[in-house]
Amino acid sequence: MDKVLQQIVLENRTEITEQWLSLNNDLENIRRVADVTNQLLDTTNKEFLDVIFGSVEKKGKTAELANFSERLIKLGWPLNYITNGLQSFRRITINFILEKSEETSREYFSGVLESVDRWIDPVINYLVSEYSGSWEHTVALQKIALQELSAPLIPVIDGITVMPLIGTIDTERAKLIMENLLDGTMKHNSEVVLIDITGVPVVDTMVAHHIIQAAEAVRLVGATCILVGIRPEIAQTIVNLGIDLSRFPTKSSLRKGFNAALQLTGRTISTIKNEEKEIEQIIDSLSKG
Amino acid sequence: MNFESCIPIKKEWDIVGARQYGRDIAKQIGFGSVDQARIATSISELARNVYLYAENGRICFNVVEEMGRKGIEITAIDDGPGIKDIGKVMQDGYSTSGGLGAGLPGVKRLMDFFDLESEYGKGTTVKIIKWFRS
Repeated sequence: MDKVLQQIVLENRTEITEQWLSLNNDLENIRRVADVTNQLLDTTNKEFLDVIFGSVEKKGKTAELANFSERLIKLGWPLNYITNGLQSFRRITINFILEKSEETSREYFSGVLESVDRWIDPVINYLVSEYSGSWEHTVALQKIALQELSAPLIPVIDGITVMPLIGTIDTERAKLIMENLLDGTMKHNSEVVLIDITGVPVVDTMVAHHIIQAAEAVRLVGATCILVGIRPEIAQTIVNLGIDLSRFPTKSSLRKGFNAALQLTGRTISTIKNEEKEIEQIIDSLSKG
Repeated sequence: MNFESCIPIKKEWDIVGARQYGRDIAKQIGFGSVDQARIATSISELARNVYLYAENGRICFNVVEEMGRKGIEITAIDDGPGIKDIGKVMQDGYSTSGGLGAGLPGVKRLMDFFDLESEYGKGTTVKIIKWFRS
């Protein structure tokens, strides 16, 4: 029976195509996610039908299907374009076959449904798994990228290290911060570590708790931790929340923190402009003489 | 501008979504950056409590008006284990999870209105309001 039905569908390809195209012209829906012109929609629709009919003919996955799905994913077409398209194809085909045939027995009905499912389901399954596979891949890559950004440690000069934090701190990131901070302090032999929270949007009790713990751990390995980049509004919320940050020094900006760190390590910044002048004067007097 | 919308809290990142949403509403009402930080921090605390203790709940936002003044009303609702001793959790430094224990009393100080209802074994609802002073 499968063969007969297949024959009916393939012979009436033009009519099914027409019906399908009248249902799948919802450009608005696709426009929401991808930049698509009418022309592109037309050609893609045609190609989509080729793929569907191809898989009806060969019953299942084809090389064209793999090709087609790869391109759609690259262009960022919505997944529901595909699922809607295949579902309307299923509906149209079933209606079409039933209209064409005189038999009305229950067995025939379920036979038709089964055959059509057997053509369409592998295509849906393949496309959906390709799509979700590509999403999972993207998410995994972004997670790695995020982790790379998450807690960098910069040795600025001998004994002074800076850790700039940008973005939200969650439990996973807090753990990374602690590990990197301690590893880096040991590795770079730091005396002072500056944690810069200028880029942290919200400092709630959890974030504060993690920072306090990190600072305490740094103290235990023999270094000093200075918290810098506390914006006025953050300072106010910290006070309101009643968080005690008095156990380690804090500064409003990285610059002030760095100056404090220099003092702690027994250094100062001095300009060498005057010396240059003196040298110039000496050279001048030499050339005069 | 009187609407209510809720954000479900199921994952840790939902906390970020909720406070971002709250901050946007606060910005629309006209709150300054200090109050925005207060509101975002409070949402963060409440949402974290939901995530930490109840695992599942939601944060609802509402713009309220009363006697010509506008405010943002935030309600955290969960059907978690509830709070055994409300008096204790409102004390500074009390925590069952090894935290700082500054969350709820801190939120009360950050906000203008604070109401905590909890039935042990049934769930917790915290309602907070910040009024906009123009």
